Amino acid sequence: MTEPGKIGLPGDSAAPVPAQAALRWSAVRPSRSRLRMVWGQFRRNRAGLAGLAILALFLCAGLFATVLAPYDPYEIELESGLKGPSPGHLLGQDELGRDLLSRVIYGARLSLVIGVIAVSIGVGVGVPIGAISGYFGGLPDLLVQRLIDIMLAFPGVLLAIVLVAIMGVGLVQVMVAVGIVSIPVYARLVRGQVLSLRAQEFVDAARAVGATSVRIIWRHVLPNTLAVIIVQSTLQIASAILSAAALGFLGLGAQPPAAEWGSMLSNARQYIRLAPHSVMFPGLAIMLTVLGFNLLGDAIRDALDPRMRI
Amino acid sequence: MWAYITKRLLLSVPVILGVAFMVFAMVRVLPGDPARIIAGEAATQEIVEGIRKDMGLDQPLLRQFATFAMSVLRGDFGRSVRSKAPVGGEIAARLPNTIRLATAGLGIAVLVGVSAGVISAIRPYSLIDTAVMLVALAGLSMPVFWSGLMLILVFAVWLKWLPAVGTGGIEHLVLPAVTLGMSTAAIIARMSRSSMLEVLRSDYIRTARAKGLAEAAVVNRHAFRNALIPVITVVGLQMGTLLSGAVLTETVFAWPGIGRLLVEGILARDYPIVQASVLVVAMAFVMVNLTVDVLYAVVDPRIHYD
Repeated sequence: MTEPGKIGLPGDSAAPVPAQAALRWSAVRPSRSRLRMVWGQFRRNRAGLAGLAILALFLCAGLFATVLAPYDPYEIELESGLKGPSPGHLLGQDELGRDLLSRVIYGARLSLVIGVIAVSIGVGVGVPIGAISGYFGGLPDLLVQRLIDIMLAFPGVLLAIVLVAIMGVGLVQVMVAVGIVSIPVYARLVRGQVLSLRAQEFVDAARAVGATSVRIIWRHVLPNTLAVIIVQSTLQIASAILSAAALGFLGLGAQPPAAEWGSMLSNARQYIRLAPHSVMFPGLAIMLTVLGFNLLGDAIRDALDPRMRI
Repeated sequence: MWAYITKRLLLSVPVILGVAFMVFAMVRVLPGDPARIIAGEAATQEIVEGIRKDMGLDQPLLRQFATFAMSVLRGDFGRSVRSKAPVGGEIAARLPNTIRLATAGLGIAVLVGVSAGVISAIRPYSLIDTAVMLVALAGLSMPVFWSGLMLILVFAVWLKWLPAVGTGGIEHLVLPAVTLGMSTAAIIARMSRSSMLEVLRSDYIRTARAKGLAEAAVVNRHAFRNALIPVITVVGLQMGTLLSGAVLTETVFAWPGIGRLLVEGILARDYPIVQASVLVVAMAFVMVNLTVDVLYAVVDPRIHYD
């Protein structure tokens, strides 16, 4: 993968565009040379490449689950329940004799979908709120900030638990709940960025030539927050997957027989003495996926701004 | 600084009210009639009406909230739907267990995290630094409930050194506390390392070395204390992770704390229990954040709050 447009930033199209349009285009999209520079930084980061490799593996597992899974993840084979790893079942079987490898592979699909949808909700709602409240300030900003304070007053996964308690137990509810939890994160992040961008000369210049507020936010301010949003989103997917798995484990998320890593663990824990493998592998899958996103997020942050490195 | 503390206290009032209102509204926005849910499917209309009156659900919303807030202030959280016992008593019985677990977890996290971070920073990019940071990254990515299960597997099932679940002596506390502290320790280790590295590069450290101080004195007396300041902030920020981690840890180890109570309450649709435990945890979090902010102002004399 040497194409610079493949690291999650909006790619550049190959179609020729008139000079005038190209100019406007470049105001919104990061330029080709910047992408190449970022990729040049990124590819030197071994941890980041490892994260990318892990994620590629799980992404393939999720995308091609139907082909890759050796068995039907819901096929019950009671007589061989809790059997350990064997050549026929590489990761062993669960209490109902279902093939664990197949279930872990299908779980990858579920977890990635949950993570992406939850983060999309967070970005879709949080970014506009943060941008508008930061750009205009005043009373609405004050009210929004207090509301965010209240949401952030619920520690971590607790707000998601409360929301699930309100909306009811289930997979869709979990995606929405985890998504809502990430809204204040984006709202606060983007607001902070917008506050400092708003004071810069190019925003004054845009205003001086008569650009409307909507246009300034969309064309001049938001593109400059793209880098932090991308970094935050990579890390946020990791925490969304963790939260969703936690809810599944507590019995508040995906319900049996769904092949969801958290609820698989919740079932398997009572057989921990008889079948340690059934507890090990789903958790290992969660850890690797989350690790992948964390490594990738760290590396993208370093590549986008080497000074941010910790 | 007193002005700052007062301001911070005043700012937390709307947050606390907001949290209380959200928790209060929780039962009201539930699909269906809360009185009917509490009474159960088989109850007659009269019983449902009676419960509605008892709960004050026939009153205007704001008056209901005022009544709710007043009774919470008196420590009256209503009665559990399932056991009919006062919820306040249940909370009071469970809270000390959660505090014990969270304190032990925090202690382990700070101890392990800070030492690992400092050791890494003293020899940056060495083998030990790489190893520590890899372990920290793994710890950060591990779901709390899974690391708890793995610890049970190794230390309770295989080695039989420690009990797997339940409460009792200190031996019951070890696994839950380590489980809870692990991910926070990882974050603290990463933060201490970068903070320590930055301090070690500063001019006054070069001065200390130039005047011939032993490396141990440089690290301990000059670098360590200054490096701790951002670490305190991170510890404060991590209190949320720690509290929500407690909910999961308590479930894994059948630890009778508030978190377990909350999850049991949700699964049993026991809303007075859910309300009270959410309120207590959120309030505790607000209070802890407040304390951390004030402590921060006290610890770092370079910061002025106007």
